[in-house]
Amino acid sequence: MEAFLHQVLAGLATGGIYASLALALVMIYQATHLVNFAQGEMAMFATYFAWSLINAGMPYWPAFLLTVVFAFFLGVVIERVIIRPVENSPVLAVVVVFIALLVILNSVTGWIFSYTIKTFPSPFPAEPIFGSYITSHQGGAIGVTLVVLLLLYLFFRFTPLGLAMRAAAQNPESARLVGIRVGWMLALGWGLAAAIGGVAGMMVAPIVFLDPNMMGGVLLYAFAAALVGGIDNPAGAVFGGFLVGVLENVLGAFVIGNELKLAVALVLIIGVLVVKPSGFFGKVLVTRV
Amino acid sequence: MAAFLEVAKLHAAYGPTRVLHGIDFSMDEGTITTLLGANGAGKTTTLRALCGMVKTQGQVSFAGERLDGKATEDIVRKGIAHVPDGRGTFVNLTTEENLRLGAYTRKDRDAVESDLERVFGYFPRLKERREQQAGTLSGGEQQMLAVSRALMLRPRLMLLDEPSFGLAPLIVRELFEILRTVNEKEKVSMLVVEQNAAMALELADHAYLIETGRVVLSGTAREIKRNDAVRRSYLGY
Repeated sequence: MEAFLHQVLAGLATGGIYASLALALVMIYQATHLVNFAQGEMAMFATYFAWSLINAGMPYWPAFLLTVVFAFFLGVVIERVIIRPVENSPVLAVVVVFIALLVILNSVTGWIFSYTIKTFPSPFPAEPIFGSYITSHQGGAIGVTLVVLLLLYLFFRFTPLGLAMRAAAQNPESARLVGIRVGWMLALGWGLAAAIGGVAGMMVAPIVFLDPNMMGGVLLYAFAAALVGGIDNPAGAVFGGFLVGVLENVLGAFVIGNELKLAVALVLIIGVLVVKPSGFFGKVLVTRV
Repeated sequence: MAAFLEVAKLHAAYGPTRVLHGIDFSMDEGTITTLLGANGAGKTTTLRALCGMVKTQGQVSFAGERLDGKATEDIVRKGIAHVPDGRGTFVNLTTEENLRLGAYTRKDRDAVESDLERVFGYFPRLKERREQQAGTLSGGEQQMLAVSRALMLRPRLMLLDEPSFGLAPLIVRELFEILRTVNEKEKVSMLVVEQNAAMALELADHAYLIETGRVVLSGTAREIKRNDAVRRSYLGY
């Protein structure tokens, strides 16, 4: 029982990271109806930026904040410079751009920082908490995820800018008619998604270590999470993230072994697409005419 | 003095399909003007062209400023509110959120609060539905919401695209009463596109008849109502 509880808590910790990245995917999906395959590599690149700052002697939390800001601007610039020109292109063309972005970010990072695996510090103390059920980093990662989610919720729910972003994603034409600059809202959305991804990258790096391919598996779990929750539902993505994290850990520890863990994500993705493509919480849109 | 809204030789096309072939019309501040015409005549496209939602050629000037070539967002900021074809409801947002979006470009936060109460005064039903998801409102309520959202801009000019579409006659009458009140009390100019020619001519001061992308007849609403061709084709008596 104790071992089981331990696995569940550890699963919640990584689940929070999947939830963050899944949320980033959903945010971009809502606005563009496309899944950003480069979301993980953008997070990885931001994490390397944090590593450089910390390595240059900056304390952890200032480096953390600066990285979030950096990731935000990285997202905005990518949208303005790379995505905007292909905005009205066929879906496949945009997907190719996403994949190119993934490969380019991966290679550029390898070229700048080398492919050698690096350690990444955790801001939380080394001692376990809650009577050794969970490491401080795992507990801290859950806490950071929850704070990020809360801030996002408050932003989208209660600020005029958050409302404008939701309006622009839902109905761009009507949004323009009330004077919302829809193009900039999309860029802001990319910035926010990249910033969330950056936080996820910094939280996962102490666990998986820092290397240019570190987000490959994480992104796959995030896809599974987003699909389980319903690709157009932010709250669903968060739930999906925690669920996938726990499932992965528990099944990996007691049922299928660590080697097949990633298969859990793939089975979930295929299962959801076959059985319930809208996910558990995919909204059934109520519209009267 | 130039007219409040002046449209000259306006052409518009969707891809290779040309819809407007040089529309000319103008309207004075504070008046209600209606564009009449059959399906496909180019009424909706004319309104969309004014707002920069389709590619156009020709001139549009509003209160002495050129609008043609400007982005929709900037045209809205000049004080032009468009109640679009199909109502343009943000279906996943609440009624109140829809209304607040109407005032998105305004900086006078306090006045926005009192304007919210003002439109609830015109449409008490919307106040009852304040927290409700707007997609679940009835057609009539959504039309009221679209008009209210436009009013939240405190517009100088309102463009109304088929405000009577799909509504019960009683609700149409109520809506047009309110439009008249808004025009008279708040001095909001209105350009109304309608298929319901009888209602539109009752409301409007001036009318233009559009056929296949051109203005074929213009005059005061009274004159147009008496025109034999209009009476036969559009009023049906």
